[in-house]
Amino acid sequence: MTDSKRGDDAKQAWRRRYDTEVAKVERETGSGASEERQPLYDREDLVANSDEESDIGYPGEYPFTRGPYSSMYRGKLWTMRQFSGFGTAADTNKRYKFLLERGQTGLSVAFDLPTLMGYDSDDPLAEGEVGYCGVAISSLADMELLFDDIPLERVSTSMTINSPAAILLAFYLAVAEKQGVPMSKLRGTLQNDILKEYIAQKEYLFPPAPSMRLVVDTMSFCQKSVPKWHAVSISGYQIREKGSTAVQELAFTLADGFAYVEAAIHAGMKVDDFAPQLSFFFDAHNDFFEEIAKFRAARRIWARHMRERFGAKDPKSWLLRFHTQTAGVSLMAQQPENNIVRVAYQALAGVLGGTQSLHTNAMDETLALPTAKSAKIALRTQQILAYETGVAEVIDPLGGSYFVEAITKKMEDGAEAYFKKIDELGGVIPAIEKGFFQREIEKASYDFQREMDAKKRIIVGVNGFVEDKPEPIEILKIDESVEQEQRKRLRHLREHRDRAAVKRSLDAVRQAARDGSNVMPSLLDAARAYATLGEIVKVFKQEFGEYLEPATF
Amino acid sequence: MKKKIRVLVCKPGLDGHDRGAKVIAAALRDAGMEVVYTGLRQTPEMIARAAVQEDVDVIGLSIHSGAHMTLFPRVLDLLKQAGATQILLTGGGIIPEDDMAALRKIGVGELFGPGTPMDKIVEYIRAEVPKRRTVGA
Repeated sequence: MTDSKRGDDAKQAWRRRYDTEVAKVERETGSGASEERQPLYDREDLVANSDEESDIGYPGEYPFTRGPYSSMYRGKLWTMRQFSGFGTAADTNKRYKFLLERGQTGLSVAFDLPTLMGYDSDDPLAEGEVGYCGVAISSLADMELLFDDIPLERVSTSMTINSPAAILLAFYLAVAEKQGVPMSKLRGTLQNDILKEYIAQKEYLFPPAPSMRLVVDTMSFCQKSVPKWHAVSISGYQIREKGSTAVQELAFTLADGFAYVEAAIHAGMKVDDFAPQLSFFFDAHNDFFEEIAKFRAARRIWARHMRERFGAKDPKSWLLRFHTQTAGVSLMAQQPENNIVRVAYQALAGVLGGTQSLHTNAMDETLALPTAKSAKIALRTQQILAYETGVAEVIDPLGGSYFVEAITKKMEDGAEAYFKKIDELGGVIPAIEKGFFQREIEKASYDFQREMDAKKRIIVGVNGFVEDKPEPIEILKIDESVEQEQRKRLRHLREHRDRAAVKRSLDAVRQAARDGSNVMPSLLDAARAYATLGEIVKVFKQEFGEYLEPATF
Repeated sequence: MKKKIRVLVCKPGLDGHDRGAKVIAAALRDAGMEVVYTGLRQTPEMIARAAVQEDVDVIGLSIHSGAHMTLFPRVLDLLKQAGATQILLTGGGIIPEDDMAALRKIGVGELFGPGTPMDKIVEYIRAEVPKRRTVGA
């Protein structure tokens, strides 16, 4: 009897035992994934789904399925980067120092909604929203306070900002200049991913074409002047949080990435000059192995497209490096302490998937911004993972797993099928304009809700294991005085700055917006002159127009 | 025959996180209600005006930005000014329990947090609207 014959017999025998056993029980399932998964994976699935050399390979080697670096966490642990910001710049500065003193290794700025939408804190439309979802930054003066006593050559800073990203980058560069830190030494990331705003998060201001131009301007400026800065963080996080599936998150994010590459090449940049400065940002959701497979597939797809399709020669251009945030949308208001456990599993998936940096959500973020205590527990969750569990010692420990390799391939195939569909629609921007992504995601999120309501998916404490009596936890309250204080500061600024210099600098921004030259130098001058975010955005709106999407559901 | 329940689903303020608003709009529609969705970035004035013009029974505000203590009272005031107090103002989002209680006290209806089954919201609206229709009529 041959080995494979013996193997077939053993498998059939197992299948008979399995079928008999499952026929006897009716299991309440939880994850919603049981229909698309086999109960068991074996060597056959591995062989069918991956070639050991060309699909799996070694870490630090094309196609990077096993990791972008040869030494991974043995060389350097992931960066523990907690997204944080609330109230005034001074409040947030205090929280940053609190986190840095407790071992956090990178900063990540959360801006409030007026800032994200390009409004100053004293704009009538900002009322009630100042300092709530993040920190209020209306000018260089606020940015100076935000990083007061934090030497920018020693931290890396991520800024989650999109439509007005170029302006906030200019504020940051101006702070560095005041601290005497050369731009060449600055490390950090600008989210600056406008495409996923049209697709998912909806914080857009201008129409797609001028928005893409602003992205390319920052890419080109950073390539020349801020070489250690990631000019764009191509983000799947918001797509997933909006309700997409894992495959959609993967596919839409990488499609956005390709669109930026195409736009930069179209603007005359060489792929190997800018591609190493691109980075990515993904969600770590509940379906543990699927998430790990998603991260592994993302690296492989990106490497293949960059080398084969865009002809990148520099291996750094092939690398997909990413930040991970645990899934905010998976946090539940019911029995909120359970969220600590959800976050820990999701963080583990991010690490087993080879993330370069990680944000772990705080348990109370489903109710409000985190308290100092819950923020600390979230950070400690990462430290326990890094220092106690041993998972950082072995690179890609799930590589070669029958199951993980099979779903990694499934993720890749699913994404490729979407790329084809997007191409047929004429590319990412036409697909946005036709509402393609939006519809796909809306359908997925409605399906998810219906599965929950039908208890095909069990969420602990919500539609299973429910407790009648809520046990309230302490939450952070944003003081209403934040808005008053911000207004006062802005009034003071507007009265005491050099008005002629502000006007000159805004005229120069308008000129650059009009004549197509890179906007960054004029934005830097405007920052130095203490022109406000709202004033600069107003100029852009006048020059570029505003974007509106149809209201559908 | 009874008139169908009409609902205005809104995203007030600057926030663009419209997943919840769209899911609830679809769920209410599938439950047989007539749903109007305003789209993003509606001011309280636009919402109150649309509610009166569309002759709705219910307004649902979806707020994830923390601005609920500003936006709910403002819409409520505008409804009073328009003499449209029969309209049920309800909603949901990231809203702490204390704030929900404070808003209920001033006349806002039930508010629903993350993890609420759609059926619960449908039932609440079905139970609440007939009471208000008799008062209003």
